[in-house]
Amino acid sequence: MRLRPARPTPPALVAERGRTLREADEGGAALAVRGLTVSYGESPAVFDVDATFPAGSMTAIVGPNGAGKSTFLKAALGIVARVSGEVSVFGRPLEASRGRVAYVPQRASVDWDFPVRVIDVVEMGLWRGLGLLGRLTGAKRAKARDALARVGMEGFAERQIGRLSGGQQQRVFLARALAQGADLYVLDEPFAGVDAATERAVVSVLKDLQAEGRTVIAVHHDLSTVRDYFGRVLLLNVRRIAEGPLDEAFTPETLQETYGGRLEAAGLGALAAG
Amino acid sequence: MLDQALSALLLQAGWNATLVALGAALLGAAAGGAGAFIFLRKRALVSDAVAHATLPGVALAFIVMVALGGDGRSLVGLLAGAAGSAWLGLLAVDRLTRRTRLSEDAAIGAVLSVFFGAGVVLLTVIQTMTAGRQAGLESFLLGATAGMLLEDAVVIALGAAACALAVALLRRPMTLVAFDPGFAASTGVNVARMDLAMMGLVMAVTVVGLKIVGLILIVALLIVPPAAARFWTERTDRLLVIAAGIGAVSGWVGAAISAAAPDLPTGAVIVLVAFALFLAGLLLSPARGVLAAVLRRRRFAHRVHRRQGLLALARGEAILEPLTQRLLRREGLIRADGVPTEAGRAEAAKARLDEARWAAMRARRDDAEAARYDGLTPIETVLAPDEIAELDRRLGPRAPEGA
Repeated sequence: MRLRPARPTPPALVAERGRTLREADEGGAALAVRGLTVSYGESPAVFDVDATFPAGSMTAIVGPNGAGKSTFLKAALGIVARVSGEVSVFGRPLEASRGRVAYVPQRASVDWDFPVRVIDVVEMGLWRGLGLLGRLTGAKRAKARDALARVGMEGFAERQIGRLSGGQQQRVFLARALAQGADLYVLDEPFAGVDAATERAVVSVLKDLQAEGRTVIAVHHDLSTVRDYFGRVLLLNVRRIAEGPLDEAFTPETLQETYGGRLEAAGLGALAAG
Repeated sequence: MLDQALSALLLQAGWNATLVALGAALLGAAAGGAGAFIFLRKRALVSDAVAHATLPGVALAFIVMVALGGDGRSLVGLLAGAAGSAWLGLLAVDRLTRRTRLSEDAAIGAVLSVFFGAGVVLLTVIQTMTAGRQAGLESFLLGATAGMLLEDAVVIALGAAACALAVALLRRPMTLVAFDPGFAASTGVNVARMDLAMMGLVMAVTVVGLKIVGLILIVALLIVPPAAARFWTERTDRLLVIAAGIGAVSGWVGAAISAAAPDLPTGAVIVLVAFALFLAGLLLSPARGVLAAVLRRRRFAHRVHRRQGLLALARGEAILEPLTQRLLRREGLIRADGVPTEAGRAEAAKARLDEARWAAMRARRDDAEAARYDGLTPIETVLAPDEIAELDRRLGPRAPEGA
């Protein structure tokens, strides 16, 4: 897909909807998005979304299937083209902050029969900045080993990635992001189809990252664990429904609005009241 | 003829043959390396469309050069024409896939056949020209090294070396795009541009290889080496090196054979050599080969039969399956009449005890260890001796003694 710089939205239009991009940046946002619309064909998957993720926060992006959660993140990181909207990362344009962002795609998005070993995947997190001719030095390789140890996978370094369980594969992806040494971690469904031990390990790593002052954003589909894992939510269903700390944004009303009839059907209405 | 092939192989068949062999080896290395990326990106067929799209360019370049007063046989001129029309074909596939609702395979089919058809028409036109009869443009279809000029070989060798260098330089971003395009884009790699560079590289290899391998079979030299290399490694960097090596050997040996038998189309010979190397991997690779898979399946079936047989013995049932009988008899666990021997009774009791231990453990635990029960895994590989002793204590007096 070809990326095309989005035209800046007229300032007046932005201001009408609350804080402008610049105000968000000055308020210490790790990621700020204004007026983001993404479309596959001619029906928007994400429409006119504003969102602000403060530095050092841990935010869940929540919404029903097909609500555009993954698409929102991919567009914010320039992985898919946006029709309109502006993005800033740590107060600067995305391109200028690339080195501070680590992205963990959905596990199902790659071919696990690919000829790479676990350690090779983690080292991919170090390739940016090497240039075309650079070599991985011993210090950098040690960084990859450390990242692998941090997710409890050091014993699997030499294994081909197809011979891992789903949870182990997810940890390898997380280790690659850790090797990037970023300040903003963006994860797409990190808990989808993983075992309980992996879920605990991933959450603990993410909480450590937050304790170090880094920012975490994750697409999350299990409403029952939002309160345990995250401090903030962005409720999304093509449009932004609600955004903010759990007390304000994660309420029965906002969930009802996000999920509609599906919430009752799943018997999840009581969850948000917590 | 064998002598000739051998001397060509050992670079003793004269300066010209030596350069052709070197050029073919370099071409094979470049094709294997560049092909590795389209193999990993699963876009092998696009390269076929690109290859067929060279034909009208070759023909047009010939016509233009003759119209300008030359004899039309300058290799550089013909290759420039090939590159031009191949690039058009590549853009056509790209645009058709991106801008219309046509799927990529339909776009490839359309571009491949239309360009090739146009090329064939132009070749026929050339046949009617006076300069055309000796042009020898048909050799671009299947490749020929006979009568190749020294400067042609130099052009091919230099072009192939340039392609190999480009592969070495771009290996990391291209690996990233092939494995995980989303992640690649998130680190700032322009995926669309890298895909185009990948196809540009394929196009360059195709154009350089037109004279030796020909446009119909070049796709095989791009795809067969990486497919063969995949049997021998689980690492991308090694896949690149092995694919380049297999391509180089194929080019070298193929050119040598072709030097000894000039009537055979060189491209076909090179591709057959590559295929032989592929076949070797397919059969013999310990991790992914066919023979290894057959052996693994057989060993697994034997383990299942042995275990089920032992459990049947423990229950006092007769064993009816011939394979199970044969396995247990061979190990001396049952007699010829099917009655368990002393050793057989002991093994059967052990199997039954293990089953009981597994059942007791799975009744109390729901973790990764418990999930490893599959009827075959020995419990000793999962639990420590003290944990097993603890289980046995729980099983208590009900623990089965020898059957």
